Amino acid sequence: MIVPLDEGIREFVHDGDTVALEGFTHLIPVAAGHEIIRQGLRDLTLVRMTPDIVYDQMIGAGCARKLIFSWGGNPGVGSLHRFRDAIQNGWPRPLEIEEHSHAGMANRYVAGASGVPFAVLRGYTGTDLIAQTSQIATVTCPFTGEEITAVPALNPDVAIVHAQRADRSGNVQLWGITGVQKEVVLAAERALVTVEEIVDNLDPVPGQVLLPSRVVSAVAEVPGGARPSYAHGYYARSNPAYQDWDAIGRDREEFQRWLRTEVYGTARTTREG
Amino acid sequence: MTTLQYTADEMMTVTAARSLTTDMACFVGIGLPSTAANVAVRTHAPGLWMIYESGTLGTNPDSLPLSIGDGILAETADTVVSVPEVFNYWLQPGRIDVGFLGAAQIDRYANINTTVIGGDYSDPKVRLPGAGGAPEIAANCKEVIVIVRQSARTFVDSVDFVTSVGHGKGAGDRERLGLTGRGPTRVITDLGVLEPDPSTRELTLVSVHPGVTVDEVRAATGWDLRVAAEPETTDEPGEKELSVLRSLTSS
Repeated sequence: MIVPLDEGIREFVHDGDTVALEGFTHLIPVAAGHEIIRQGLRDLTLVRMTPDIVYDQMIGAGCARKLIFSWGGNPGVGSLHRFRDAIQNGWPRPLEIEEHSHAGMANRYVAGASGVPFAVLRGYTGTDLIAQTSQIATVTCPFTGEEITAVPALNPDVAIVHAQRADRSGNVQLWGITGVQKEVVLAAERALVTVEEIVDNLDPVPGQVLLPSRVVSAVAEVPGGARPSYAHGYYARSNPAYQDWDAIGRDREEFQRWLRTEVYGTARTTREG
Repeated sequence: MTTLQYTADEMMTVTAARSLTTDMACFVGIGLPSTAANVAVRTHAPGLWMIYESGTLGTNPDSLPLSIGDGILAETADTVVSVPEVFNYWLQPGRIDVGFLGAAQIDRYANINTTVIGGDYSDPKVRLPGAGGAPEIAANCKEVIVIVRQSARTFVDSVDFVTSVGHGKGAGDRERLGLTGRGPTRVITDLGVLEPDPSTRELTLVSVHPGVTVDEVRAATGWDLRVAAEPETTDEPGEKELSVLRSLTSS
């Protein structure tokens, strides 16, 4: 099903949902995040391995009640100041957090995609992360007796990812750094995908991930929808935008000015470039 | 012989680069570790197999990436794998020789904090980005090298939060926890080089950078620092190393 982005968000994302926007530095669904802000969604449990500036924006706009994550920073630049303000000062509202390592989060999605209740890994042992959440435990291997770390499956209500292309039947193709997108789409109840373009035929690309339309709830064509992150083969990461975010995110008033001009002031249509 | 001018940061980065050899597989963190690994591959270690946690294996970027997932890393990689694969198939079984990590706080047993500083976890004074790949890099690489600027604020007697385990509370702790890698084998700072004592695992100053005194290193350490009987003086950066480093960081 091909839908305009605003319709897709309206239909598939609801107040109180557990929502995972994934994309590991590459193909971050930024336009979808901004549409969630514009629609004023509230009480979301936001899930993402690397909440970067789009989650900083969603947290600052008051969409989130809880964040499940493994690294919350502005890559190569520093801290996320809206995220910090929410945790340290409860602004604009308190933010509950559940914190993992990357290996733990990746395995939680793998278990979710696999239809099993938990995953095992060699991780977290000896760290203070274990004491902060009930979502990290140990299990004894029934074959060797070894004690090993277990993390529960993560099955979001809705996964949102960005990809390079889809065909008119809603099959989705992405390539380059593909992160955990296959896992999050297969783990989620519903999946919304934004794409750079909709094409007649998906020509094979080396290293591609193909998401068959039967696991994709809807596709929205949003050229540039990953900016300021990037879409391999389409446009490069805007490193200056990430650097500039530091000053905007640092100040509440500056951030609110940014929200007014860059998000609320720009209703995005499907063909915007 | 001309005297080369260089900064303390350049000294640190070049020393870190020299810890890598051409036959190693290295799990590279962003920032100082990435700069050092990219100097190594352009000088004495052309075969260094660099891995970034975004799933880019055997990458060889022609400029320094700002993030662990810049496009240049994917374009120049031997192969790009998913994030579950990089952690489960490559890192977890101990296929990576050396993990290169940074730290916001580090203690006398090289335990690393990148999570919270001050207060308690739920109400911290400073909230940092968190764990990312570091806990499992520290656990599962064959060895770990830490690169961090040294000050009494960063080198603390006891970290506020153990994000990644170094040598725990001392000798035998890694084995007791079942951690497969050897843990931190070197900590390279802008003042010198520290290594865990072979029997106690406590960090010991083994080398000071040229122009730095042992007392200066002690003053930049938040505990009573152990010092080797005769600490060495680190070799100065060479001309080639400096020019490579500067061409990377100026672009």
